[in-house]
Amino acid sequence: MEILEGIEIQSERVRNKLAENTKFQESTTELEINGLKAGFGRTQVLKGISLQIKQNSITAIMGPSGCGKTTFIRCINRLHELTPGATVEGEVKLDGVNIYSREVDPVAVRRKVGMVFQKPNPFPTMSVYDNVVAGLKLNGVRDKKRLDGVVEKSLKMAFLWDEVKDELKKSGSALSGGQQQRLCIARTLAVEPEIILMDEPCSALDPTATAKIEEAMVSLKKDYTIVIVTHNMQQAARVADYTAFFYLGEMVEYGPTQQVFEKPKNELTERYITGKFG
Amino acid sequence: MLVDKIMSALIIVAVAIAVIALVAILADTVIQGLPVINVDFLKNIPGPVTVPDRGIGPDIVGTFTMVGLATLMSVPIGVGAGVFFSEWPESRLSFISSFTNDVLAEFPSMVIGIFVWVTLVISMKTFSGLAGAVALGIIMIPIIARTTEESLKIVPRTLREASIALGVSRWKTVVRIVMSTGKAGLATGILLAIARAAGETAPLLVTALGNSFFAKSIFEPTAAIPLFVFDYAISPYAIWHSYAWGAALVLIAIMLALNLVVRLVIKRNVTTRAEI
Repeated sequence: MEILEGIEIQSERVRNKLAENTKFQESTTELEINGLKAGFGRTQVLKGISLQIKQNSITAIMGPSGCGKTTFIRCINRLHELTPGATVEGEVKLDGVNIYSREVDPVAVRRKVGMVFQKPNPFPTMSVYDNVVAGLKLNGVRDKKRLDGVVEKSLKMAFLWDEVKDELKKSGSALSGGQQQRLCIARTLAVEPEIILMDEPCSALDPTATAKIEEAMVSLKKDYTIVIVTHNMQQAARVADYTAFFYLGEMVEYGPTQQVFEKPKNELTERYITGKFG
Repeated sequence: MLVDKIMSALIIVAVAIAVIALVAILADTVIQGLPVINVDFLKNIPGPVTVPDRGIGPDIVGTFTMVGLATLMSVPIGVGAGVFFSEWPESRLSFISSFTNDVLAEFPSMVIGIFVWVTLVISMKTFSGLAGAVALGIIMIPIIARTTEESLKIVPRTLREASIALGVSRWKTVVRIVMSTGKAGLATGILLAIARAAGETAPLLVTALGNSFFAKSIFEPTAAIPLFVFDYAISPYAIWHSYAWGAALVLIAIMLALNLVVRLVIKRNVTTRAEI
């Protein structure tokens, strides 16, 4: 009897798991990129990228320097166009709306799509506290109670709260590099975006600091969709659910991380992963 | 190695010459000017050489009034222009006005004085503190614009992007992030312009004219410390020469005090917000 019950529970778990999986596959892709071309002046950096990014997952964009991975994510929050001479073509659909269509306000796009940069860039004139709520304060939120709550919640989500809770008045730039980067993550989380873009967020950090950020990323995935640019393959393998491999402005391969690393479909990907070029 | 040593020696010599010149001028001004400075000198009106205890009261008030007014006029325009040059460099208007700004900065101040004389003094039919303030303001604008531009340009691009990526508008990013980060440089630029204006003599000769009494309004001829120094330094009386030294020392002291106060305020602002 007990055994049967055990089997019952087991099979129910399997069913739940299956249901979860199908649900996952059916879930509408929140972010869809179609034929994205971008560049600077006459230089074409992205030569037509199309991919769908799955909700509540971490997608890594990997590739050698100059392959356009940073330009790619800077197109997702319309930051690319602020560079003088920048060009963009194609569609980036967020919740079904092309963010490049005329009636869309880029400022509104950036509230939905947050970004963490390569080098930690806390605002040097602001305290830890003010850095976290900078986005809210600059957009007119004054309610002290709400701000206090946001500071604590965001710092906890960025795994920084315990280290700074007693020195929230301290300058943001007085923290260590790894703490600064987590502060920047908290600052991004505070405005409650749907998607978080990370541009090689650990490239300026030591392995311990990197581990903490990766830990934070994995826990954030349940609430956010994360797109991370990295040229650190181990990092992609450790944290990403999906991995795209970019080469010279084109997407060579895209799929579940395990598949991309273990059975790459393209020879270029394989050569990159095995370290034959990079 | 030898080249290194020679270069260091040359640099030390250059610094020494610069510092010696500064110290010599300052020391001379103090030695010659300090004996005449007392409360009467600071508050009394000037007068004939035979009357004792004459002072530079109207000149101190006039300098404060005109430089103050000039600052009020030039800071918004200069800072605005500097922000425009630094944050919208791709605009054609920005390029043209930036070039014009450089030209304006190199105008002899007398030319600006004559311009104001032609436009304001003649049409108002009187020399006035207002005309003097306008002339000083025009001199201050290009200095403020240029230093504002330079101090905003060195604010890292990544800070602008961080703010913009948070969904903050470009305008707010400029005011609240870029200008707040570069505020020390901004303040230095404004101070530099104030110091320059406070020491200007030539344009005031044809606009404010000077006055031996306290001006009752900004529409009357107005005294200024540099005008006093100019008049008294070329006079034939030894006592007036020492008054000129005293007035020069007062001007230097005012600028020094202003500089210190602004620096302290900026420093305190930065520390209370950032450190502790």
